[in-house]
Amino acid sequence: MSAAAQAVRQLRFTNKAFWRNPASAFFTFAFPLMFLVIFTALLGGGQIQLPNVPRFELDLTTYYVGAMATFGVISACFTNIAIQTSFSRDQGLLKRLRGTPLPAWAYLLARVVHAMAVGALLVLITLLFGLIVYDAALPTGTPLLEFIVTFLVGSLTFASLALALTSVIPNAEAAPPIVNATILPLLFLSGIFIPLDKDAPAWISTVADVFPVKHFADAMRSGYLGNVRAQTPLGPIHPFTFDWTDVLIVAAWGLVGLVLAARFFSWEPRR
Amino acid sequence: MAERVIDVRGLHKAYGDVEAVRGIDIHVDRGEVFALLGPNGAGKTTTVEILEGYRERTAGEVSVLGRDPARGGGELKRRIGIVLQSTGVDPYLTVRETIDLYAGYYPSPRNVDEVIDLVGLAEKRNTRVKKLSGGQQRRLDVAIALAGDPELLFLDEPTTGFDPNARRNAWEIVKNLTGIGKTIFLTTHFMDEAQFLATRAAVITKGTIVAEGTPGTLGGRDHMQTRIRFKVPEGQPSPPELGGAGSLPDGSLEIRTDNATKVVHDLTAWALERGFVFDILEVSQPSLEDVYIALTGGEAGTA
Repeated sequence: MSAAAQAVRQLRFTNKAFWRNPASAFFTFAFPLMFLVIFTALLGGGQIQLPNVPRFELDLTTYYVGAMATFGVISACFTNIAIQTSFSRDQGLLKRLRGTPLPAWAYLLARVVHAMAVGALLVLITLLFGLIVYDAALPTGTPLLEFIVTFLVGSLTFASLALALTSVIPNAEAAPPIVNATILPLLFLSGIFIPLDKDAPAWISTVADVFPVKHFADAMRSGYLGNVRAQTPLGPIHPFTFDWTDVLIVAAWGLVGLVLAARFFSWEPRR
Repeated sequence: MAERVIDVRGLHKAYGDVEAVRGIDIHVDRGEVFALLGPNGAGKTTTVEILEGYRERTAGEVSVLGRDPARGGGELKRRIGIVLQSTGVDPYLTVRETIDLYAGYYPSPRNVDEVIDLVGLAEKRNTRVKKLSGGQQRRLDVAIALAGDPELLFLDEPTTGFDPNARRNAWEIVKNLTGIGKTIFLTTHFMDEAQFLATRAAVITKGTIVAEGTPGTLGGRDHMQTRIRFKVPEGQPSPPELGGAGSLPDGSLEIRTDNATKVVHDLTAWALERGFVFDILEVSQPSLEDVYIALTGGEAGTA
């Protein structure tokens, strides 16, 4: 069997095992929706003026639909991969695999592709929920393509960062706190949970600009809302302009993660 | 001459300043069951993990199936099966799915259902792994190692934590494997396990091999004195002079001798003449455990 066929076969088994744990599968999908409903109920009754989108007031409900789609991708590809891989390593599953002829990359690729599929499903569920409940339109045409490319680059980046992060996680019990301590501050600083409008402190955006979460969120939002039109005295415009710099910065982080993971990833329990 | 499956010469392994393995030689031929015995921390697992390709050696020559395991890659891994001390599998797959998954990694795997029967998990075929008992999971470990139909099987302390029945079952499984021509490299600190399974054994302690041979001859066991223990019924006099009889706490007497045939003959002749039977009469060779404890300085069986 070719190595690619091995990866596909591994993916099938990964997927089978995933759905065998319905509680875990359910909450994986319910989590971002739950947050969407809670945040829009608490903070969503109005409009926001974003610092990089002047002269346009965006419905907060729409803002949150995009933000929670971004959050879903990060949950599936960063949080879940880092925690699951730490558990598999602690159980000795990774060490056992190293003793078989299965190429290491085929196993990791199957895990990453599965997480990306879960992430894609989460995005779809969130956007459909947004369309139906909050009347937030879906992207079409070029913005849709930009949205999809952003998703692919972002999900691969967060997966490779997750694999890199496992090399500093000492054991499975330490995985959830370390992963959360890494990602939660960035989610807040990047306006995923609480929107950062034009009056937000400047240092927050300075810090957030260094890391990939904000660039990923901005690119996801620009793609998602790329079809939105606004009337100005000079005629209609598209206030959300897609910036490929964001995607490149996210991709750069992904490469850093890949290099670190290739160098430091451990197949054996570290304690 | 038999085909050499494992050939180790002058193997050294140091972790920083600690020398875990200090220059050992091991050779295993096709069809043998070789047991590496030793207390915890003696270097058993380090040695077996170097042979399996998990660890790099510090110095020495190592050949497994004609290849260097540090560079063997997939080519070598296709021909060996490994049962590590503790390893996990996906808890949500069934026994059959799990073995099928692993069988698929190998170019010419064994029939999955045959493997399931061989390890005695037929009734658990469609049970999810998380529902198996500890002993059943260990049998699944063996099944996974067999899935690729390996020529050489590594078993690292395969029965640690088993109850006596489960251990017997595991031994039968391993015996079955030797019946189908597999070569087995076993580490254990249970002497009865080595006695039952091994065609040859070596004792490692503090990173050095201190004895090597068949379980019957290891450490000069075949030249050691036979132990004869007997107990005379109450009211009978002490036996005639038999040379060096010592008395034990339960009132029985023990003789160690190089000529058990004559001593037993004299003893039983005396008892028949007096018209009584011994309450206890036991003739035993020194056990492998006796030899092992003598060799390792009483560090046996610390689990």
